Amino acid sequence: MAEITSGELRHRRGFLGGLYRAMDSDIAYSFRKSPITVTATIVTIFIIVCSVFAPLVAPHNPFDVASIDLMDGELPPSWDVEGDPRFLLGTDNLGRDILSTIIYGSRISLLVGFASVALAMGLGIVLGLISGYLGGAVDAFIMRVAEIQLSLPTILVAFLLVGIIRGYLPPDQHHQVAIPVLILAIGLSNWVQFARTVRGSTLVERNKEYVLAARVIGLKPFVIMIRHVLPNVMGPVLVIATIGLATAILTEATLSFLGVGAPPTEPSLGVLINVGQNYLFSGLWWITIFPGIALAVLVLAVNLLGDWLRDALNPKLR
Amino acid sequence: MIANNPLLQVKNLRVEFPTRRGTLVAVDDVSLHINPGEVLGVVGESGAGKSMTGAAIIGLLEPPGRIANGEIWLDGRRIDQLPYDEMRKIRGREIGAIFQDPLTSLNPLYTVGYQLTETIQTHLPMSERQARARAVELLQEVGIPAAEERIDHYPHQFSGGMRQRVVIALALCAEPKLIIADEPTTALDVSIQAQIISLLKRLCHEHGTAVMLVTHDMGVIAETADRVAVMYAGRIAEIGPVQDVVKRAKHPYTHGLMGSIPTIGHHVDALMQIEGSMPRLTEIPTGCAFNPRCPKRFDRCSAVRPELMPAELSEVACWLFDQAKTEVAVGE
Amino acid sequence: MIAFVIRRLGQSMLVMFFVALTAFGMFQYIGDPVNQMVAEDATEQEVELLREKLGLNDPPVIQFFHFAVKAAQGDFGFSYQHKRPVADMISESMPATIELATTSAIFALLVGVPLGVYTGLRRYGFASKMVMTISLIGISLPTFLIGILFIYLFAVILGWLPSFGRGDVVHIGTWSTGFLTVTGIKAIILPAITLGLFQMTLILRLVRSEMLEVLRTDYIKFARARGLNNRAVHFGHALKNTLVPVITITGLQLGSLIAFAIITETVFQWPGMGRQFLQAIQEVDIPFMSAYLVLIAFFFVIINLVVDLLYYVVDPRLRIDRTKVAGHG
Repeated sequence: MAEITSGELRHRRGFLGGLYRAMDSDIAYSFRKSPITVTATIVTIFIIVCSVFAPLVAPHNPFDVASIDLMDGELPPSWDVEGDPRFLLGTDNLGRDILSTIIYGSRISLLVGFASVALAMGLGIVLGLISGYLGGAVDAFIMRVAEIQLSLPTILVAFLLVGIIRGYLPPDQHHQVAIPVLILAIGLSNWVQFARTVRGSTLVERNKEYVLAARVIGLKPFVIMIRHVLPNVMGPVLVIATIGLATAILTEATLSFLGVGAPPTEPSLGVLINVGQNYLFSGLWWITIFPGIALAVLVLAVNLLGDWLRDALNPKLR
Repeated sequence: MIANNPLLQVKNLRVEFPTRRGTLVAVDDVSLHINPGEVLGVVGESGAGKSMTGAAIIGLLEPPGRIANGEIWLDGRRIDQLPYDEMRKIRGREIGAIFQDPLTSLNPLYTVGYQLTETIQTHLPMSERQARARAVELLQEVGIPAAEERIDHYPHQFSGGMRQRVVIALALCAEPKLIIADEPTTALDVSIQAQIISLLKRLCHEHGTAVMLVTHDMGVIAETADRVAVMYAGRIAEIGPVQDVVKRAKHPYTHGLMGSIPTIGHHVDALMQIEGSMPRLTEIPTGCAFNPRCPKRFDRCSAVRPELMPAELSEVACWLFDQAKTEVAVGE
Repeated sequence: MIAFVIRRLGQSMLVMFFVALTAFGMFQYIGDPVNQMVAEDATEQEVELLREKLGLNDPPVIQFFHFAVKAAQGDFGFSYQHKRPVADMISESMPATIELATTSAIFALLVGVPLGVYTGLRRYGFASKMVMTISLIGISLPTFLIGILFIYLFAVILGWLPSFGRGDVVHIGTWSTGFLTVTGIKAIILPAITLGLFQMTLILRLVRSEMLEVLRTDYIKFARARGLNNRAVHFGHALKNTLVPVITITGLQLGSLIAFAIITETVFQWPGMGRQFLQAIQEVDIPFMSAYLVLIAFFFVIINLVVDLLYYVVDPRLRIDRTKVAGHG
């Protein structure tokens, strides 16, 4: 028998055939052919892995008070004459290793980013499904709320939510709940885009005959929506989520930079940049610049991924 | 059959699309001609290559599609290799085009009058006022009532049939010698289709304009065309005078097309159906493209690709009509 | 047309109502205004008297009514922290923010739209690819980082432009402007570009993607088929159709400039409303927060309204005149 050609491999049943088809699909092809996207994905995964395994990856623990020596403070990066090889990227004013603070800091940034997007996505999908499927007064109400919220810029909504929640709590509790507050605020400010997209799809699917048929059979509407509407809408939702992740990370960094985000005890990249700002003008540039670069690289990578995803899933561009 | 001075002559046209799975040949060695003032119908299923042929002729192939081979001659002048700017002058002035969907063919933000006068002034040396007068005349010619008033309306203020009339006016306004009409009635209501087709036919007859009428509707062809080309998988299967092809179809594919159209008064037990479907353009069989579905195929059909060969008044790309062979009667 | 305007006005009022409600809610349920305002050693009686005087014992609906009426007149009460009328604080800082936002908006439009058109028309050129790469970096860098870097480069290292403040201002009536002095103009350059950069890249990408979409439509194909030259096709037809949807989104973006100003003002210590708002959040100064909320919402609503009306003027499809019925085919 002749050797298996790629044409035949495509048609093989089972796992191998399925895998080949997936890797050979248009999307995977577009992915493989774009070196930028591949790099961006690798970078993103790298950063994520580093932050998750921070205690293992970081050379020092910047939050272990015992391990910090003030005498190590304000050291420039290790390649500088006055640098110390123990601290690759230098230290801050308190003697904490910059590289380690970046790794731990990106943990917070990523945590807030992912969690808030998950919140926004979950809320948006649920509300979108309900709104689209039930229609009528429920739909009108939800859409009104969405419109009103949309009439304000999202960052302002996030600001306000943070401010309001802080107003509720006594000052000494601010730091403890800062991270969940961030997640809540950013998540709540971003659900509308998801809801609208899902609602649009739901409206389209709802009128299709197979939905009517399913209802006649007696399937619960909930099941119908999950099984039929969701798969159709996951593409655009994924694009919004990816770009939303980049925005969420930026928003968190901004809020933290301005002092109303992550607390100094659990600093994210935004906090680090803020701390370093004061030292920038006296020549200690590494305290701000390195976290800045880390933040920019992370957001850039996610943005590239989102860009590629949007082009890949857009049927018109093929 | 080829008149001495055909208006349009297409020789061995080949249109390719490089894709990642190999090169897709959308138009494969197509040769045809159109005489001045005549209507050539080009019929076939979706994907048979009819629209691509038209696009190649008018020079509007979307990249990465390209003309890989062949020649296109318009009125004794070769046009397939002209630079963009030269080709632009030919478009509208010598070759016009009508597309399928009148809804999307007109720019919604400009009045009908603006779009008309703009086109007129691009090609003919007229002042604004003269161009506008001409535009009104054209609108009247295509049957728009109250043309003086409606010239300042926007496209969305016209119904579908009216819009297509405007499109026809736009295509004719610079007095081209040839119009490529790509499915001009497919997007319209059935009741309107006949009107638009007869309008097109009448106007072209009056202005002496030749028409390449691309469609999948055989009925329209039978009513309107002088000659017809049947395309299959990027190739021409049969080409000849319309009565000959319709009433005495020779290529088994054409035969199947004719047989699948129900006619009033002609009783059959079942409409003829052609087994299978047109192959994907990346998987065209060797030999005759139709051979896997052909009820009359024999060995040669899957080995060697048939060229167009004469058969009575038409030309057919089918080995059944190879004059080297002795018999073979065309059945039913 | 009138119906459309009325409907939009009604919508706007609804939004303002809800915003006012939220602002009022903040007042009611967060913090205790009285405690913030009295001296440490005030007696129960004095506190109670103050409550009565401030109308804090009236039913909530009445309180809301008073609140709304006063807000409409621009009276937002006293700032907890600064012990001054909020209205005064805002009127001092508003000119700074408005001038900054407007300059940024003009910058974003003047650079973003032409670049967007260019990269849309010359999609595969090298210059286009460069612009697109830079724009990607533009939307990945947070505004504050850009600001810091600008300051570091232009103020600290090169010393060309000031690193903070607004320069000298000229007072005209209640307005203070920085445009009439050299230091004022120098001072606004870096903040304006910082603030506008993000918007500029958004506008650029939007215009480009719209342009690409439009260039693929049937009517552009038909325009080419009629032999119209490139200028007519690209700038007469494609551009006009591109800009129509761009108007809406641009309008909304410009509104959010005022919100993003919070960051830029903080980095550059620009004496605007945004910086005050940030302080208010840190100090939990509710009157200022709610005043800012209402004001920003108001700006947004006005901008949205103007954009919608503009859309109406520009796109003839929205102007269907019901007396002229389309003819029959």
